[in-house]
Amino acid sequence: MANVTLRNVRKTYTGGFEAIKGVDVDVADGQFCVLVGPSGCGKSTLLRMVAGLETVTGGEIDIGGRVVNQVEPADRDIAMVFQNYALYPHMSVYNNMAYGLRNRGMAEAEIKTRVEEAARVLELSSMLERKPRQLSGGQRQRVAMGRAIVRQPKVFLFDEPLSNLDAKLRIAMRVEIRKLQRRLNTTSIYVTHDQLEAMTLADILVVMNGGQVEQVGNPLAIYEKPATTFVASFIGAPPMNLMSTRPEEIRSQLAGSGAADAGILGIRPEDFVITDQTPAGGVALPLTVEAIERVGAETFVYGSRQEDEQRVAATPGELPPGEVIVRIPGTEAPAIGQKIRVAAVRQKLHLFSGDGRTRIEA
Amino acid sequence: MQKQAIFQSRLLPYALVAPQLAIVLIFFYWPALQAVIQSFLLQDAFGLSTTFVWFDNYIELLKDPAYFEAVVRTFFFSFAIAVSSLSFALLLAVMADKPLRGSMLYRTLLIWPYAVAPPVVGVLWIFMLHPSLGVLSRYLRAMGIDWNPLLDGNQAAALIILAAAWKQISYNFLFFLAGLQAIPRSVFEAAAIDGARPMRRFWTVTFPLLSPTIFFLLVVNIVYAFFDTFGIIDTMTRGGPGTSTVTLVYKVYTDGLLGGNLGSSAAQSVILMIMVIVLTGIQFRFVERKVTY
Repeated sequence: MANVTLRNVRKTYTGGFEAIKGVDVDVADGQFCVLVGPSGCGKSTLLRMVAGLETVTGGEIDIGGRVVNQVEPADRDIAMVFQNYALYPHMSVYNNMAYGLRNRGMAEAEIKTRVEEAARVLELSSMLERKPRQLSGGQRQRVAMGRAIVRQPKVFLFDEPLSNLDAKLRIAMRVEIRKLQRRLNTTSIYVTHDQLEAMTLADILVVMNGGQVEQVGNPLAIYEKPATTFVASFIGAPPMNLMSTRPEEIRSQLAGSGAADAGILGIRPEDFVITDQTPAGGVALPLTVEAIERVGAETFVYGSRQEDEQRVAATPGELPPGEVIVRIPGTEAPAIGQKIRVAAVRQKLHLFSGDGRTRIEA
Repeated sequence: MQKQAIFQSRLLPYALVAPQLAIVLIFFYWPALQAVIQSFLLQDAFGLSTTFVWFDNYIELLKDPAYFEAVVRTFFFSFAIAVSSLSFALLLAVMADKPLRGSMLYRTLLIWPYAVAPPVVGVLWIFMLHPSLGVLSRYLRAMGIDWNPLLDGNQAAALIILAAAWKQISYNFLFFLAGLQAIPRSVFEAAAIDGARPMRRFWTVTFPLLSPTIFFLLVVNIVYAFFDTFGIIDTMTRGGPGTSTVTLVYKVYTDGLLGGNLGSSAAQSVILMIMVIVLTGIQFRFVERKVTY
């Protein structure tokens, strides 16, 4: 049991490339922390620095009150689950799990108890004698988990552990990991690029971009109050609609709501309703339906704004200029080419400064 | 799925394989057959008459203590060359596998010796270790070692093993490096997190995962030590002093071409041929299996 604290952690490669540009995160004992961000944002590098597989070039990593910058991976009392599982191909499932315990000189009887307990929890009891190549992807994943839990470490580190599984198994394992972590109550740091995985697993969510932390906090709080346009468009699917407040049509609707400084307006697809009324202080937009996607429980409407205005800063999941996504109940489906009017109430508007780096509370 | 190529003419496929077959038949099967026939014959000292003696050449050979010595010596040389060049190459490969600055240069330089022909290897080492010409010999004598491989059979043997092993390091290094790079990095990282120190990590993870490569190289190295060391022996010691560096292949040459005992020499060749067949068989049987762990 331990808390993990990162203080102004930096990583600069010898070529001068700055992969991590000063990260501060505090993960309390027993919390499940998820690092999320697009590929190349430094999240895996950061995790590997916590594991001790990458050197720290600045700042401090503190595990359970001890600065571990110079401590060998083996002595940090952590366990890691790798994306490709990194099982020892020449060892049986039993030996894969026992290896870390044997290295630490544990008695064989105790090892047997621990491995069998872990195998029971992970439903691997009947496969202990098999080699990794005789297992399915999901089973290998569980062996990798087992190898981590038998050690009873202070911290679990997960490096995109589910990304090699198929969609269905991924959801099942996601729930399993969460249940297991709750039960063992071990501090965990989990890296993923999948915002859905991040939202569902995290006690504390760290959104990263370009080697920096964009926002830290409770996942729902981040969803409800994204600090930057990057977070706004990265968390939530489909992404938040972002539009410039420059056009007269939007400027006039926002006037008097204290949003004078705002350069960017964000509205989540699910916060729109199709209506002819304009809610007080809210925003209404006339749209032409370009495409619809009916997925059963909900329908996504892709509409274009009447006026051909410039859309805001380039962000991941960027939509073509002027396009707006609206999520409506699955029972509704406007016709393509139909002109509709959508509106969102005042509380559902997200306002950002013109550069997208600051959220403006009005 | 049709895997066979279809030819319009019946003769074309035979015509296409004919050059290959001709080469194999003329340069391999025919001499081999000649050797088998020769091994049953006995020529008189002047080459005037030839008698068919059945297995007498073989029986003679197996009774000959010099031949038995050559067998033991060849096995010892093979073992020593294989073990020393394999272990040294593995050490170098493990070092070169680390992300070092200039590792490309390091790797390229390590591969170079493979391009050197065996007789040249012999000459290179003689230059360094010849009792009167050699640069290193002076240092060895300065250290109080009575270095004279021209007189001391054990030193001559050590010299042959050294030169032969040195040449093979490059080849082994290349295979070991490829083998190491085929192991996912994360397996080593997992072992590091699992508390295995570098030495333990090597013996419990790296070494077992390299075992298919090691076995393959072991067979290749034994074949090399058996047959390809002729050039090295011939340039360095010519089998001497005495017969202390005569291996089976070198004995075929000395008995047959220098000693004129064609029957015995042919019988020795046939025995060597059988050994090659056995080694190749082992290689196909075990090495060709995809995974051995």
